Amino acid sequence: MLSIKNLHASIEGTPILRGINLEVKAGEVHAIMGPNGSGKSTLASVLAGREEYEVTEGEVTFKGKDLLDLAPEDRAREGVFLAFQYPVEIPGVSSTNFLRTAVNQVREYRGLEALDAVKFLTMMKEKMKLVEIDQKLLSRSLNEGFSGGEKKRNEIFQMAMLEPTLSILDETDSGLDIDALRIVSNGVNQLKSKDNATIVVTHYQRLLDYIVPDFVHVLYKGRIVKSGTKELALELEEKGYDWIKEAIDSEATV
Amino acid sequence: MSTLTKQNLFEGFLETSFAGFEKTREEGKASFLKQGLPTLKSEEYKFTAIAKKLEQSISSFQNAKPFEVNAEEVKAGIPEGFDGTVLVFANGHLIPDLAIQAENLAFSKLSEKPETAIGSIAKANKDPFAALNQSSFDEGVFLQIPKKEVVEKPILLLSFNKANEGQLIQPRVWIEAGDFAEVTFITHNINKSEEPYFVNKVVEIKGGVNSQIRYYRVQNEGKNAIEVSNIETNLLQDSRFTSVNISLSGEMVRNNLSLNLLGSNSEGNMYGIYLLNGKTHVDNHTNVDHTIPHAESNELYKGILADQSRGVFNGKIFVRQDAQKTNAFQQNNNILLSEDAIVNTKPQLEIWADDVKCSHGCTTGQLDEEALFYLQARGIDKTQAKGLLLFAFAGEVLEHIQDESFKNYCIDLVQERLGSKF
Repeated sequence: MLSIKNLHASIEGTPILRGINLEVKAGEVHAIMGPNGSGKSTLASVLAGREEYEVTEGEVTFKGKDLLDLAPEDRAREGVFLAFQYPVEIPGVSSTNFLRTAVNQVREYRGLEALDAVKFLTMMKEKMKLVEIDQKLLSRSLNEGFSGGEKKRNEIFQMAMLEPTLSILDETDSGLDIDALRIVSNGVNQLKSKDNATIVVTHYQRLLDYIVPDFVHVLYKGRIVKSGTKELALELEEKGYDWIKEAIDSEATV
Repeated sequence: MSTLTKQNLFEGFLETSFAGFEKTREEGKASFLKQGLPTLKSEEYKFTAIAKKLEQSISSFQNAKPFEVNAEEVKAGIPEGFDGTVLVFANGHLIPDLAIQAENLAFSKLSEKPETAIGSIAKANKDPFAALNQSSFDEGVFLQIPKKEVVEKPILLLSFNKANEGQLIQPRVWIEAGDFAEVTFITHNINKSEEPYFVNKVVEIKGGVNSQIRYYRVQNEGKNAIEVSNIETNLLQDSRFTSVNISLSGEMVRNNLSLNLLGSNSEGNMYGIYLLNGKTHVDNHTNVDHTIPHAESNELYKGILADQSRGVFNGKIFVRQDAQKTNAFQQNNNILLSEDAIVNTKPQLEIWADDVKCSHGCTTGQLDEEALFYLQARGIDKTQAKGLLLFAFAGEVLEHIQDESFKNYCIDLVQERLGSKF
């Protein structure tokens, strides 16, 4: 589904990603871990199409299409979803109107007919249950005045509404208390299927107790330096990142 | 190179004779000659080179004559969904025959009300253009809402402008709302020529005790039109005045809006948006004078500027020594969509009382790129995402329009301009 080959990206001339290779197949959950500043969020942003990042080398194909060639909105319509690390507050844009616009533009792109108000509301109500989000929240401006947990739940709610094939969760767990984490994870797990894939970007192993990955990759200095199964995450939890850093840094100096 | 002496552009014009209000006109003329045309050196006009613009654009310094407007044109000019009284003006002259009267309202040509104390609210010595209008307006309108009369439906002041030879249009409006009266005015222009012309308008509003006056205005002047307006309101005890001003076009527009809070518990609200493109220049100068204790004023102006447009906002709040317990709030926010667009914004607070709540703030920035990306990342087209964000920014102002059908009309107008209608 997703194939990343030798991806290099930089921001304002500073290289952040230095040759990422990753294959993600339908039905898989990949966790990307790594210390702060390793390039995890950059990878997520580049995949979603954030303009500040310049891809200097490499290629990304998604369902056979050149992903890097698509505008952010077209990536979303193709089925890429980024759950933001810091969801943006947008005063004056109502959550419901925003979502209806988004859902219908995505549906139109996928050749489906636009949802009328009634059908949209029915769908919304059904998906709201997934992340236990309150209707009241959705009648407010988008993310405005939402707590950290509410914002993250809203991200997963949007994910449920847009029905992506590849979901990228960027530090969705950061800052969540255990209840919120359970709700968010539960939502993600219910949305998993054999036809879609999930990339979980996280600093902490904790999330992976709830969203169990098939593969774990450690990102350091813009490269995937170690890949393994979920046991790797447990090892990282126990030993921290230092042993990996040391191994890589000593290799580099040799 | 041209040098502007104080009044030379209007010198010949002011020698012509005008009928009625002789004494008032003399005062206006003397005041105008004393003040002269403002240049960039004058503090109040330092960002708006109006004298130069007049010299370049106006070829005939004469008042444009009224012209014939037919009922079909009136019908076509009424905003969609409007239901209420319509008063029609051609180059500032009331055309009584075309009026569509829905409710109890006394109106007549100003010349038929020679006892009207014009110039007593919008004083000539405060602004040279108010003085110019006072000395040389041709005709105006007198509107009176009787005491306790609640006018349910809005009153549309529909102005047709056509000055083929680059002339002056000088409307003069006098509005009196009796004690406990309630009324909504909507002003709207229809331009019948693309020629440059100069609208120099004065509106004086007298709000009685506990009166409620709403004054909504869409400024969509022709792209070569120059417009200066002086709108001034006196508010008595327990009265409320709300202005919503939407500026969309024109070559150079200057709005002077002044509220005098003269009675306790009076409330003055001023809201505005300016959505500018091309080379349009819009200057909003507002002035609230808190003269007594326990009065309130609220102000919110928002601007979105594209291309080489220019916006000026100057908001003055004057709190006199006696005006304790004043609440005065002011906010001006701008978004610049191009590197060539300019905004000059200046809050100006002068507070002489010591027990007041006053706040002001202004911001000028670009469209929030992070918000734009967020919307795009959810599959919303970039152009539409921009439109959504811009409308979210400006739309807040429109919430202050009470009349539902006019509010919807304005929302459509603004969404169309911002590309957020889809």
